[in-house]
Amino acid sequence: MVEYIIETKSITKDYDGFRAINGINLKIPKNSAYGILGQNGAGKSTLISMLCTIFSPTKGTATVNGYDIVKEPNNVRRSIGIVFQNRALDDVLTGREHLEMHAALYGVKKDIRQDRINEILDLIDLGDKIDEQVKNYSGGMKRRLEIGRGLIHLPKVLFLDEPTLGLDVQTRESIWSYIKNLKDVIDITILLTSHYLEEVDSLCDEISILDHGELIKSGSPSDLKAELKNDTIILKSLNNDKLKNILQNQLFVNELMVDGSEIRILVDKGAKLIPEIVHIAENNNLNIDSIELKQPSLEEVFIKYTGYNINK
Amino acid sequence: MSELEGIYQIWLREVKRTVRYKSRIITSVVTPLIWVLIFGVGLGSTIKLGLTVGYQSFIFPGIIAQSILFTSILGGVGILVDKQYGILKEIMVAPLSRSSIIFGKALGISTSVILQSGILLLLSFLVNVSMNVFTFILAILFCMLISLGLSSLGLLIASFMESTEGFNLIMTFIVLPLFLLSGALFPINEVPDWLSFIVYLDPLTYGVDALRRVILNSSNLPLYLNLVVLILFALITISLSTLVFTKKEQNLV
Repeated sequence: MVEYIIETKSITKDYDGFRAINGINLKIPKNSAYGILGQNGAGKSTLISMLCTIFSPTKGTATVNGYDIVKEPNNVRRSIGIVFQNRALDDVLTGREHLEMHAALYGVKKDIRQDRINEILDLIDLGDKIDEQVKNYSGGMKRRLEIGRGLIHLPKVLFLDEPTLGLDVQTRESIWSYIKNLKDVIDITILLTSHYLEEVDSLCDEISILDHGELIKSGSPSDLKAELKNDTIILKSLNNDKLKNILQNQLFVNELMVDGSEIRILVDKGAKLIPEIVHIAENNNLNIDSIELKQPSLEEVFIKYTGYNINK
Repeated sequence: MSELEGIYQIWLREVKRTVRYKSRIITSVVTPLIWVLIFGVGLGSTIKLGLTVGYQSFIFPGIIAQSILFTSILGGVGILVDKQYGILKEIMVAPLSRSSIIFGKALGISTSVILQSGILLLLSFLVNVSMNVFTFILAILFCMLISLGLSSLGLLIASFMESTEGFNLIMTFIVLPLFLLSGALFPINEVPDWLSFIVYLDPLTYGVDALRRVILNSSNLPLYLNLVVLILFALITISLSTLVFTKKEQNLV
């Protein structure tokens, strides 16, 4: 049975008569990397802020790690680590001082604090810079420090609100690899908001698309793409003609084209069909030299459900 | 988590900030010295106020109170800078009570005040005032108490403000009147009744009077009364800012 670390129950938030979040029901599986995808202003930060107990919901509620965000905010706060969208660092403190202060504020006992800090230092790889004032850090180093800080009290959930906003491409990719590495090293659920499609696609097991305060679609990125029923399988074989004839008669093939030395077939769920195609070829004593799956991008998924391009 | 640990951490950060901005320590000591040495000598040599001590010595406790006032109010309002940096959000989402945040912050500011007042009191010989260890320590304790109330007042004001843009309004409408009404620069026992009434509404009046008693051994009010008023003032401002912080929490992050 799937265990859910976060469950929202018709959670709603109004600002001065404006409904920022409209009755969202969300279930986030334990130890998953979950992405909330949406345009700027879709309500991502508002949703996260409620789950972090910064804002209280107008209606509905949610549980985080089994604690109610309205009734047990302090237990919720102890269960979560947060990396805010905007920087939350003190320029004149050193990286180490940030980690020490955070550990103490979250009740990490003094005798294990230093060990915990050293573990985090291995993870965020700031080297000697950790004892320099934060004003000397680059954007990527600040982000890594913030991620490390969010982890120091061993939270069950790490909230990353637009973790790579405003970072250059290279830094963004290095932050992604840190986040991926994190999932391998510790048991933690990551809830990430982003309006970068590549970001949620490469990091998240499951995503939800948020638009105008409403949850409009959830699922794993590959399932969502598969649901568009628009996968292309590209095959190459020494005996293209024979392969083409066999495939043409398969029910799962929506359309078949020969493009030079390649056979392209359009199918609904490409990933599931690849073994079957290999099997069919083997039964007919055909060798397949290469087989490639092209799925529609998450961008097409987003357009399908919201009606617009996220980068517009 | 123990709230004490939280208060300690907020305090520690505040003190580190003070020590690392060395220019602030320098200005917080030099500005009062300029007042005492230039304004004090200049005005003191032209007017006769019927004082038992020279005018320079007379305003010395008042000018210390002034530097406490500036440092404390601006320190409290400085929480808006924490908000700008985002570090306030980090502190506000920690499992820590609002009163601990306020108290830690106010305690940190008053520690900076102890540092600057200590330096000023050590320089008291410049204005012909001699102090012993006991009066020095007593004066420092009063400086801290005055600062606790005023920095919490600064925090209270900050919780009604969106950004640091209103700093000049605070200077004109709060800091300057509190300073001038406190009797830092003139004796308050001979002012007209209408002014006297306002003077005694100013909490800093009791701070100046207490410091004058401790440093110069002359005052208008009994020391215990000053002490009671200053303690009440600190308690009220700390409680009020805690209350407002809890209420307006969502605007602050």
